[in-house]
Amino acid sequence: MVSAVFHSPLEASAPPAPGGERSREENATPLIAATPVNTGATGLKSLKNETATPAVRRPWDASFIWQRILPPLLGMGLLALVWELVSRGTGASIPSPQDTLAQAAVIFSDPFYSKGPNDQGIGWNILSSLKRVAVGFGLAAAVGIPAGFLIGRFTFLSRMFNPLISLLRPVSPLAWLPIGLLVFKGADPAAIWTIFICSIWPMIINTAVGVQRVPQDYMNVARVLNLSEWKIVTKILFPAVLPYVLTGVRLAIGVAWLVIVAAEMLTGGVGIGFWVWDEWNNLNVAHIIIAIFVVGIVGLLLEQMLMLIAKRFSYE
Amino acid sequence: MQSYVQIENAGMTFNTKKGKFTALTGIDLHIDQGQFVALIGHSGCGKSTLLNLVAGLLDATDGVLLLANKEIKGPGPERGVVFQNHSLLPWLTAFENVYLAVEKVFGGSESKKQMKARTAAVLELVGLTHAAGKLPGEISGGMKQRVGIARALAMEPKVLLLDEPFGALDALTRAHLQDELMKIVAATQSTVIMVTHDVDEAVLLSDRIVMMTNGPSATIGEVLSIDLPRPRDRLQLAHDPKYHELRSQVLEFLYSRQMRPKEAA
Repeated sequence: MVSAVFHSPLEASAPPAPGGERSREENATPLIAATPVNTGATGLKSLKNETATPAVRRPWDASFIWQRILPPLLGMGLLALVWELVSRGTGASIPSPQDTLAQAAVIFSDPFYSKGPNDQGIGWNILSSLKRVAVGFGLAAAVGIPAGFLIGRFTFLSRMFNPLISLLRPVSPLAWLPIGLLVFKGADPAAIWTIFICSIWPMIINTAVGVQRVPQDYMNVARVLNLSEWKIVTKILFPAVLPYVLTGVRLAIGVAWLVIVAAEMLTGGVGIGFWVWDEWNNLNVAHIIIAIFVVGIVGLLLEQMLMLIAKRFSYE
Repeated sequence: MQSYVQIENAGMTFNTKKGKFTALTGIDLHIDQGQFVALIGHSGCGKSTLLNLVAGLLDATDGVLLLANKEIKGPGPERGVVFQNHSLLPWLTAFENVYLAVEKVFGGSESKKQMKARTAAVLELVGLTHAAGKLPGEISGGMKQRVGIARALAMEPKVLLLDEPFGALDALTRAHLQDELMKIVAATQSTVIMVTHDVDEAVLLSDRIVMMTNGPSATIGEVLSIDLPRPRDRLQLAHDPKYHELRSQVLEFLYSRQMRPKEAA
C-alpha cells in the first residue's frame, strides 16, 4: 500500500547504469519514464574506468604520445646513455648496451638447457628462485596473516607480540641464514627459512593495523544486528581488512624477491642469485648485468600482478 | 497504560583522559507504543548519547532503561538503528546489506526464499527495487540512507531509532525522505525515536519533541506535544498557524533559553 508513494524525482538522477554487472539491474524500471537515462551512475562508472584505461575514452591526438609514451622512453634512453658512457670510460670492462643485448639474445635463445648442477639455463635459474620465494613466502603468508588478525583483534596479544616484532623486524635477512643452516642442515631450506622470516613482518603488521582500523561504524552495525563472531569475521572484518592484507603481501613479496638473490649467493645451488655469483667468478660482466635486469623485471611483474589483485578488492 | 519505552533517571558519565565527563544526567522519559518522538538540542547536548543508550550501544552509568518492561542490556534486533552516516558495508550490495539483517532475525524460522522475498519487499517499501544489485559506492547519498532505513525496517523492530538520519542530505532529498518516513511509520505503526537538529523536521514528523538542555550534564529541558492532525502535509502545514506556533516554541527554547554553546561546531 505504501509502495506507490516512492516515486522520487531525485532518484531519476541516478538510474541504473546500462550494462551493469549485476543481473538484478536489468529488471529496473526508471521511475519517470521520460527522464533521459544516466547522469549519475554512468558518470561514476566512467570515472572508475578512466583510471584503468585512459586511452579508450580520450580521442586520439598527438599529446598522448609526448605525455604518456615519450617520458618512459626518455628515461630508458637516459639509462642507456649513462651505461654507454660508463662502458667507454672503463675501457669496456663494463660491457656496452649493444654487447649486453647480444649476450642476452644468446642466453634467452636456450633458457632451459641443463649441463649438470652448476651450469643450467637462465630459465631454470629463474624458476628455482621463484620456487624458493613461493614456498618461503607462502609459509609466511599462511602464518603471518592469521597471526596479524589475532594480534589486531585482541589487545592482549598485540601488547604481547609488539615488542617481539619491533625487535626482530629490523634484523638483516642474511643474519637469519646461519640459523637456518644450523637448524635445517641444508642450503635450500635455509634459503626458504630466510625468505619466510623476512617476508612475514610486513604481512603481520599490515594485517594487524587493518584489523585495528576497521571503522567503528561497521562494528556498530555488527553489534546492532547482533552478528555472530563468524559473521563478523566473514562479512565485516575480512573484507574490511583485505586491502591492508594485500598491501602487506605486496611489500612482503618485494622483500622476498630482494632477499632471494642475497641468500642464493651464499647458499649456492641453482638460482638467479647463485648465477650472478657464478658469473662474477667467471668474470662475465655482461651476464651479471643481464641478471640485474632479469631480477628487476621479475620483481616488477610480481608487484604488478599483486596490484591487479588489490585493485579488484578496493571499494572506494 | 504502561509506557512502552521507559527511561528512569538515566545518566551517562564517560571516563576520558581528562577525567570524568558527565554527558547526561537525570533523564526521565516515557514513550508510548506507536509514538514518534524527536530529540532536539544543540550540538554536544548528548542527544545521540541518549539514543545510543536506548539502542544498547552504550550502557547507562545511572538509572534504568526499559523496553516493554524489560531492561535494555546491549543491542538487540527488536531495536532497529539507522545511523547518521548510513553505515552500509561497502562490499555488499544494497540487497545483501539488508539480507544480512533479515538473515540474523529470521534465519532460524524462515527459509531462504522467504527471507529473500522479505528483503525484496522492504527494498520495495523504500523504493529501491531497481538498485538492489548495486554497491553502496554506486548509489546516491539519499539512496544509501534509504537502504539503511530498509535494513532497520527489515528486522521488524519494535522501536526504530534514527540518529540524524537525513542530516547529511541536501534539502530536497531530505524533504522527500521525510515524507517517505511518515508514510512508512504510518503503515508499520512503529515506535520511533529520532535525533535531529532540524526544527522543521521535528515538528513535521513527531508526536512529541523532547528538547534537551546544553551539555555537559545535559538533561531534558522541556517536552512539547505536537497535536497536529495526521496525515500531515508539508505544504498545508506551511500555512497552518498552529504549526508556526509550535515551531516558534521550539526555536524559542533553543535560541532564547538555551543559548548556543560557544564551542558548538
